[in-house]
Amino acid sequence: MSTASMSTLTKLGIIAAVMLQGACSIQPWVKPYERDRLADPIMSWDRDVISGAYLDHIYESREGSRGGTGAAGGGCGCN
Amino acid sequence: MSKPFRIARLIVVGTFLLARPGGGAVLPDDRADIFYSDYKGGGMDITGESVLVRKKFSENFSVEANYFIDKVSGASIDVLSNASPIKDERKQKSLSFDYIHDKTQYNFSYTDSAERDYTSNTLHFSLSQDMFGDLTTITLGFSDSRDKVGENDGGDGLPGHPAPNVVWLGHAESRSYQAGLSQIVTKSLITGVTLEVITDEGYLANPYRSIRYVDPTAALGYSLASQVYPNTHTSTAVEGRAKYFLPYRAAASVSYRYFSDTWGVRGNTVELGYTQPISNLWILEGRLRHYSQNHATFYSDLFPYADSQNFVARDQDLAAQSNNTIGFKATYAFLPDGWKIFKRGTASLDVSRIQFKYGDFRDNKDYNDTPAGGNYAPGNEPLYSFGATVYQIYLSMFF
Repeated sequence: MSTASMSTLTKLGIIAAVMLQGACSIQPWVKPYERDRLADPIMSWDRDVISGAYLDHIYESREGSRGGTGAAGGGCGCN
Repeated sequence: MSKPFRIARLIVVGTFLLARPGGGAVLPDDRADIFYSDYKGGGMDITGESVLVRKKFSENFSVEANYFIDKVSGASIDVLSNASPIKDERKQKSLSFDYIHDKTQYNFSYTDSAERDYTSNTLHFSLSQDMFGDLTTITLGFSDSRDKVGENDGGDGLPGHPAPNVVWLGHAESRSYQAGLSQIVTKSLITGVTLEVITDEGYLANPYRSIRYVDPTAALGYSLASQVYPNTHTSTAVEGRAKYFLPYRAAASVSYRYFSDTWGVRGNTVELGYTQPISNLWILEGRLRHYSQNHATFYSDLFPYADSQNFVARDQDLAAQSNNTIGFKATYAFLPDGWKIFKRGTASLDVSRIQFKYGDFRDNKDYNDTPAGGNYAPGNEPLYSFGATVYQIYLSMFF
């Protein structure tokens, strides 16, 4: 391994270490006791999972698009 | 007859990627759900019934079981042009396990779906990790499906109808790779992004649909032939979404999804939602959704002649199209003080109206396929459109 590539690796290692250190030191800007609104059931993305998945299926059966909605899958409703 | 719903797998993935707005690895509540749905539109009537039970066996382990049965009667427009409408049903069973260790949640599930002419088995695994003070949740998932595809060229076997005669045509394999990120931005705002790549290989065409091509020797001016699809398909979908808690206890949401695949389809989906609780008894919700796409590269409503290209399709879902949805849901909470083993219950009614419009799929059913028709030359029939209404009623008991 050349000196140049060693140097690059060392730099990348230092950057990664600094980033990891930074990540560890991130303080949550929304404290746990400040999350009452987010914990309200009306803030759930999908409170009724059968219903949400069923509607997704209806769309996937008739559209060319599929997936990405957090409820992935296929379907065609061939009849 | 119809590609399986895979609803149980959808439920598992959906639960993982979406239903944890507050952050922190916590198993969802124990619950039991009874679900009934009815879809009417485009000549089809589909009813669905489902039961779901989820139970925690400790603070870090839970099991979920789901049974779904749907019954189809009628037939869509393109099936009517070359087949008889019949009745069919599909039964799906799934079992899902969740395990939490520290800030990581693991999920494993198995789904089995069976109908007369289509079987499917799906394995799913995902893990979800909370980080940065539980403001951020990252989810990675993988699913593997093995399907067996057949065609019933007999009847539905009901009294007075011909017996079924299923011819198995081939297999299809599907793998799905999912990555999701949920991010708490402020005390009132949560956002998320999901990426999903799906690859399929095998028999991917719908055997019940046909192409049509110009044929001057035919009485109708065209003839029908089998669809020929590529045997591979890869798609990528990215969705971003945000939900905001309004100052007077209500919520507004928005999402956008971009889709592209190796068959040339590009799709855009926009959805808006609004949630308004009334006292502690009712939650009212409304949603608007718009979708549009172009057609697949090998799709045509009318091919110029037989065998005009290697791959040919005239499947509605590969046509240029758009649709709009308006939906309302009302949820009523009861047993606020609990009863026996139950802590509380909810009953919900959801009604959606969807209007579908096609840009290059024509309605030839009532014009050229019957002797009384024929006012339109092939390729000049009116563009197809239809409306569908979806009812959902369900009862959820939490314990």
